[in-house]
Amino acid sequence: MAVALASVSKHFGHGVDEVLALNRVSLSIQPGEFVCLVGASGSGKSTLLSLLAGLDRPSEGSLDTGGAHTTLMFQEPALFPWLTAAGNVELPLALRGMQKAERRREVGRLLELVRLSEFAGRHPHELSGGMRQRVALARALAQAAEVLLMDEPFGALDAITRDLLHDELERIWRERGLSVLFVTHNAREAVRLGDRVLVFSSRPGRVAAEFPVDLPRPRRIESPELAVLAARIYDRLRLEADLDG
Amino acid sequence: MAELEMELVGAPPARRANPRAARLARRAWAAAWPKLAAAAIGLGLWQLVVSLGIWPDYLLPGPGAVVARLALDGGRSDFYLAVGITLQRAAGDYAAALVIGSLLGVAVAASRLLRRAVGSMITGLQSMPTIAWFPLAILLFGLSERAILFVVVLGAAPSVANGLISGIDQVPPLLLRAARVIGARGPSLYRHVVLPAALPAFVGGLKQGWAFAWRSLMAGELLVNVAGHPSLGVRLQFARELADAEGLLAAMIVLLVIGMVVDGVFGVLERRIRSQWGLAV
Ligand SMILES: Nc1ncnc2c1ncn2[C@@H]1O[C@H](COP(=O)(O)OP(=O)(O)OP(=O)(O)O)[C@@H](O)[C@H]1O
Ligand SMILES: [Mg+2]
Repeated sequence: MAVALASVSKHFGHGVDEVLALNRVSLSIQPGEFVCLVGASGSGKSTLLSLLAGLDRPSEGSLDTGGAHTTLMFQEPALFPWLTAAGNVELPLALRGMQKAERRREVGRLLELVRLSEFAGRHPHELSGGMRQRVALARALAQAAEVLLMDEPFGALDAITRDLLHDELERIWRERGLSVLFVTHNAREAVRLGDRVLVFSSRPGRVAAEFPVDLPRPRRIESPELAVLAARIYDRLRLEADLDG
Repeated sequence: MAELEMELVGAPPARRANPRAARLARRAWAAAWPKLAAAAIGLGLWQLVVSLGIWPDYLLPGPGAVVARLALDGGRSDFYLAVGITLQRAAGDYAAALVIGSLLGVAVAASRLLRRAVGSMITGLQSMPTIAWFPLAILLFGLSERAILFVVVLGAAPSVANGLISGIDQVPPLLLRAARVIGARGPSLYRHVVLPAALPAFVGGLKQGWAFAWRSLMAGELLVNVAGHPSLGVRLQFARELADAEGLLAAMIVLLVIGMVVDGVFGVLERRIRSQWGLAV
């Protein structure tokens, strides 16, 4: 098991200000599995990912990543503004102790992967929102972690770029045998990528439903079979929202 | 005065065949003319006060006489010796303040205990008039270079330290989380993320530290006349004793210009960092 959570709860604040962000969430991700998580805004998805990345501790319950390295791609690009695109991608490699020449090659490869080779020397503020997200993706991939946690990574991208990156992500996931937990608001995107799609209930977050995706890969995001399942997931999300409202 | 300003504004930079050089010249001109205009206004006011005749010429000479004196001094080696001694002290003592301030800043930012112990004292030191340290410095070190060094460091290091501390405190939490995710811990966290992120505030502290260092140094050179070191401060003092008002004002102009040039260098550094980071408009 790559990742396992058992009855994990997380609350923020104390007393009257206390917010229960996650309520006894149990889920597991198998090694090499691609799991997508959809849920309303504020339902605790980002909170869940920061627990899994070890940035925060659960208030209750247990969390096990089996010693696997996790990496998190934040909802915001969270790039280092003093480094260029290439510098941002290079830093995790340097921290891993990779040699300079090899580092340079790897940075070139990763930037090409996210189609930003021409922008290697630019600083984050000189890039568009979608470009920053792609640099962040390259930086996450540079870490060679076994578990990749992604928080709405492609929200700011146009449909074509997103489609291309879906293909790339799928390829990298396969090649490296990664376990992926991918958060998105987009049911189609979830079905396009996931082996399974989890639907989060809101306030507090809990896994409300689970949809296995049995469509053969490679999938096309505009295919009708995909749309059918996405519509079911969408209905389930609506139900959660209505319950909440 | 208005006429003079109009003339300054209106005078176009010399046209060049090379467009790059022309652009540079235009930019230099755009940066320079407000300063030149302000200097002209300042000189005008000075001349005005002189013309009122409140003080006799030999106590308050006009800008013309002082500029002529500057030109004269500028041809003499003892003038450069004095400027050299003062600049050398400024550089050496400021460098010491920079090192001490930075080490102190990192230590206080990193240790909660140390911060509770000396955090507010650093800010207190910053507001202490540095000249008040001289009696003690002279008692401890005599009329020596070390007395000046002591006071310059006390004057400038707190600003440097405070700049670094606030820079480290203000590192966006998201960047710290990103740093942890990519595996930056301990010293590498500092080296690759915290210190670079603190750089803009640190440069602000350096700039402020320079202003304090320069003031402390002048106070020191007036109070502590180290034998065989005829610095700019010593020249000021001698000029007063000899009632040489022209020499005194000429030395003061040199002090002002040095202070402004160094401040300008820090300003350029600050702007470059800000624009590289996308902080400036
Ligand atoms: N550091 C924090 N302090 C206090 N409350 C927090 C904190 N982080 C998250 N919360 C609360 O926890 C809940 C879940 O937030 P979270 O960011 O996990 O939602 P999300 O599902 O990622 O939403 P979105 O889809 O909008 O990104 C929210 O009610 C939020 O207010
Ligand atoms: Mg979120």
